Amino acid sequence: MTPAVGKPLDRVDGRQKVTGTARFAAEYDLPGLAHGVIVTSTVAKGRVTAFDTAAAERAPGVLAVVTPKNAPKLRPTEPFGSSETKPVAGTTTAPVLQSDQVFWYGQPIAVVVAGTLDQAKYAAHLVRVTYDAKPAELTLDSKGRVFVPDKVQQEEPEITIGDAEGALTAAAVKMDHTYTTPQHNHNAIEPHATVAAWDGGKLTVYDTTQFVFGVRYDLATRFGLKLDDVRVLAPFVGGGFGGKGGAWPQAFLAATAAKVVGRPVKLVLGRDQVYACVGGRTPTRQRVALGADAGGKLTTLIHTGRTSTSTTNTFTEQFNFPARHLYASPNIHLAQELIELDVCPPTFMRGPGECPGTFALESGMDELAVALKLDPVELRLRNDPDKDPTRGTPFSLRKYKEALKLGAEKFGWARRTPEPGSMKDGRLLVGLGVASAFYPVYRMPSSARVEVTAAGTALVQCGCQEMGMGTATAQAQIAADLLGLPVDRVKFELGDTALPFAMVAGGSSQTISVAAAVTAAVAALKTALLALAEKADGSPLKGLKAADVAFRDGGLARADDPKAGESFGAILARAGRKAVDAKAEVKPGDEAKKLSMQSYGAQFCEVRVDPDFGTVRIKRFVGAFDVGRVINAKTARSQFIGGITMGLGMALLEETHRDPRTGRLVNADLAEYMVPVHADVPALEAYWVGDPDPHTPMGAHGIGEIGITGVAAAVANAVYHATGKRIRDLPITPERLMSAARESPR
Amino acid sequence: MNPFDYARAAGAAAAVTQVAASPRAKFLAGGTTLIDLMKLHVETPDTLVDIGRLPLDKVEAVAGGGLAVGANVRNSDLAYHDAVLARFPVLSEALLSGASPQLRNAATVGGNLLQRTRCPYFRDGVSPCNKRAPGSGCAALGGHNRGNAVLGGSESCIATSASDMCVAMAVLNVTIKTQGPKGERAIPFADFYLVPGETPERETVLDHGELIVGVEWPALPAGAKSHYLKVRDRASYQFALASAAVVLEVAGGVVTTARVALGGVATKPWRVPDAEKLLVGRKPTAEAFAAAAEVATKGAVPRTFNGFKVALVRRVIVRALETVAAG
Amino acid sequence: MPPDPDPDRRDFIQGVAAGGLGVALLSTAGPGVAAADPPTGPGRAIPVQLTVNGQDHALTLDPRISLLDALREVLHLTGTKKGCDHGQCGACTVLVDGRRVNACLTLAASVAGSPVRTVEGLATGDDLHPLQAAFIKHDAFQCGYCTPGQLCSAVGLLKEAHATTDDEVREQMSGNLCRCGAYPNVVAAVQEVRLAARDAR
Repeated sequence: MTPAVGKPLDRVDGRQKVTGTARFAAEYDLPGLAHGVIVTSTVAKGRVTAFDTAAAERAPGVLAVVTPKNAPKLRPTEPFGSSETKPVAGTTTAPVLQSDQVFWYGQPIAVVVAGTLDQAKYAAHLVRVTYDAKPAELTLDSKGRVFVPDKVQQEEPEITIGDAEGALTAAAVKMDHTYTTPQHNHNAIEPHATVAAWDGGKLTVYDTTQFVFGVRYDLATRFGLKLDDVRVLAPFVGGGFGGKGGAWPQAFLAATAAKVVGRPVKLVLGRDQVYACVGGRTPTRQRVALGADAGGKLTTLIHTGRTSTSTTNTFTEQFNFPARHLYASPNIHLAQELIELDVCPPTFMRGPGECPGTFALESGMDELAVALKLDPVELRLRNDPDKDPTRGTPFSLRKYKEALKLGAEKFGWARRTPEPGSMKDGRLLVGLGVASAFYPVYRMPSSARVEVTAAGTALVQCGCQEMGMGTATAQAQIAADLLGLPVDRVKFELGDTALPFAMVAGGSSQTISVAAAVTAAVAALKTALLALAEKADGSPLKGLKAADVAFRDGGLARADDPKAGESFGAILARAGRKAVDAKAEVKPGDEAKKLSMQSYGAQFCEVRVDPDFGTVRIKRFVGAFDVGRVINAKTARSQFIGGITMGLGMALLEETHRDPRTGRLVNADLAEYMVPVHADVPALEAYWVGDPDPHTPMGAHGIGEIGITGVAAAVANAVYHATGKRIRDLPITPERLMSAARESPR
Repeated sequence: MNPFDYARAAGAAAAVTQVAASPRAKFLAGGTTLIDLMKLHVETPDTLVDIGRLPLDKVEAVAGGGLAVGANVRNSDLAYHDAVLARFPVLSEALLSGASPQLRNAATVGGNLLQRTRCPYFRDGVSPCNKRAPGSGCAALGGHNRGNAVLGGSESCIATSASDMCVAMAVLNVTIKTQGPKGERAIPFADFYLVPGETPERETVLDHGELIVGVEWPALPAGAKSHYLKVRDRASYQFALASAAVVLEVAGGVVTTARVALGGVATKPWRVPDAEKLLVGRKPTAEAFAAAAEVATKGAVPRTFNGFKVALVRRVIVRALETVAAG
Repeated sequence: MPPDPDPDRRDFIQGVAAGGLGVALLSTAGPGVAAADPPTGPGRAIPVQLTVNGQDHALTLDPRISLLDALREVLHLTGTKKGCDHGQCGACTVLVDGRRVNACLTLAASVAGSPVRTVEGLATGDDLHPLQAAFIKHDAFQCGYCTPGQLCSAVGLLKEAHATTDDEVREQMSGNLCRCGAYPNVVAAVQEVRLAARDAR
């Protein structure tokens, strides 16, 4: 049997997804289900002075109008990431429904519950609210509190090596510019939704989340329940991208409403409400300054800037993480500050930090290449470090140069003529650009249960998440190889707190975290199976130790003699068992401290620019990645091109506009917040080096986020190549291209 | 949505009677604008009279080469109609540049004539908006007004007309046929829409209860060519940043007919007669087109975020004219 | 134990709905619950006959209810998805009279008498529609949430027959957003089925 890992297998849940039988959170119908609709604030800061709920309460079908006046008391939750030992997932410290205070425009302030959705929506519209509004701080340049966070994702916020500014002054060739990225929103097509039901003191919720155990912990904390009295299920999640990584308000608001009306409640956020009360990616303003010697070797690297957080959370978009690991430089200065604003708490969005960070850094590298009159691929090759540039540790795996060369070859980089505006397609300007992709390797604690049956099937369980990555498919492939079974004999169950513990599906960590647990559980299962056979007369396994046997062809066999073995059925039948199972819980070791563990890649973009209209269309895009071993070639490719697609949106289209006068999001819908549509996206190509990482489970890296990194810079660099115009503020809109001047290389 | 009564119209006359009888009654056709705005509580009818199945669904030739189109003809059907494809490409192109296939399958000609603005402050239901809540002010003037109009606006309202189809119809010299409480009317396209002035809540000359039953337009001059060009950020499924519908006839080396209308930049489908006059009698050169484009945007009032549209729409006009002149 | 979302219940609810109760759920007062007045003024429920995937449903519906909510909340045909509820994402795409439309902007009452086909009606028994099979083969989805809309839209596209090239397919599928970014794979799947159908002719 050839290994399943690496094969381009179809998704195991594909049939459910194409027949409409894959059920998402809002699709669980329970007896007596009522509908909850939230009311949101129309001021950015202040307090509610009065609710007039009379008309809403009189409206047909209304069961309750829940405001701070009649909401059950909830306890404060704990912020995401604030504990090393507990799965805390709180997204805001705002006491929603617990006080009259308002912390951002769009904050939930009431919930209307009615028999039908139309009744609830209408009644929600009838709730009249008066406020005592206070002036709000809403932009990166406002008077909000500015501070340096204590830590950035457990790392130091500032890194200084040598004299970066002095080296910049002295550099033979240099660039020094400011780049901005706007707020983005995730825009998973499935809006945030929860169905909540109480059974006495026990709570069950179906929620759209990337973290069932985090939501469970959050709900148990708020309602003062034991963890075992809360069950959270999310078997399918309609896209997350970080926006469902924490416990957002819909879950506890649905549970609150259900408690008040004594019926199960379904609460689905309207699309505008997803923008209003689920945080997005914070805007960034970044300075990148690079100096080099005449030979194109970096002499200094500066990457500093400001991002925003909110008054009810502290979130740091770690934009300078790529600069910690990508390039060798004797002088480095990396720093970051936050400004606290009266806005919905910002949160992780696909490639948090690395995504806006690579826009600035990789635009800067392109500007340096122009200044050096050096090919930008060659510039990157010349600055590849032999150890981690800021930590000094060896790399667990670094095939960055291989990825860069692979991408350049597949893309046909050699046909590029360096002079901006030198390539044309009729009236249109042609541009080719390159940028590095970067994302760290994260691994988290995880656990798993594995069961094999006499029929030769296996069930593998872990309360992790599927929101499009192909989790069940990849883990079934991994488990199948470990168990010596064909993939179609292995079933993987996920998305339920009744299953073994898993952390958030975030940070591209899930695949290897869960793979480690599955591997350990399978090892434990071998011991458990062997225990049934090792003392049995007539068993070819009699007297053997675990190290002497291996899973093979639906059973156990001597490692040194595959023919000397017996099937699961035979072992179990003799023992009078139908099945045997084992569980395991594993934590990462200290490899991440000893080694620099990162994923790399290179993004190549070809654009067409209409010089009159300033419109940019993507003609071709190639991504090449160094991400260890790929588990499923089909779903991995989908992850990469999906990341690239979202990156194209970031480059050309996406921006959440907040009216600075009120704090209201102006384009909180899918017509005005533009994500790419079919017509924006050509055939995309993704390749990978494929060398396994000797220090990760399965030799794999997570791949969900690296695909988006570097894309915006590759596009901006291609636009520069086409037009000679350097756009340093995203998105690259027609008006920006129309008003930008051509820059001539120094 | 607020509660409403729903009734299917038995006929056009019955529908008119039903809607005319109640000040908050509305006709429902494809629903792509009305249902959307009802969900936003921007439209709050208490009665919907569904005219979607009335047999106003014919596309018929009229003497002299024009077309008569029923109000219920779906945008997609009109866009792919042989006569439209062959003789009025500007209309087909405009229709197919609008919305999505799904929306075009639902949206009707009559409904599209009454498509309402996408101004975010109109749609949000809470911001000051003189169109939605007369007298409340205009949040767009000092707000995020990238999508707003630079032509035809007032200090009361700068909401952009959203329809692509209407821009094409502006250059086809369409007549809008109605049936209302006071009888039947034939309204020239040029007279149909109102600029906002101080009453932006009034968008057309229609009376309450007056039903659009169809549109009609004559043939284009024998040698005329037509074209619709739309520029937007996304490659599809987006309203225009700027668009132009053009009809150009060149005979003996000079322009004999020129019609130009603009979309995405004005408060109503925006014909530019001064630009047209400038073109007639001149050679169809880049210089002439540029001069016409300059005249077309005379009086444009740029706001904080939409100033680029003035230059952009000029370039769109030039490109559209160049395209038909070359074709 | 969680409340069991027993699939059999769907049939029960459908049966009830077909019996005419529709959305007229009875309000039972709980703690802190306002008593609901009987409906007055406009908005009386009306009889609506919906024909979905060949099955007739005699319903009594709030005139406000969209076809999308009628499918999902009344008939419990949850394959059709709600992404934006405003005609901006295409996740709710269904076929009415064989034409693709956004179910969110369509009143249920206005399609009475017209056949509605949803993702649940694409396969024939266990045999997937060729587009469904091609979507799996080409991995034309990730999370799967926009997928029913993409599929119904693609069915409509093939019937309309206005798209031949990849660019035309992209343009004609642009009413269906996919945030996971499966667009190139959707195009590959649609083209494979389109070409196979052409060759079969």
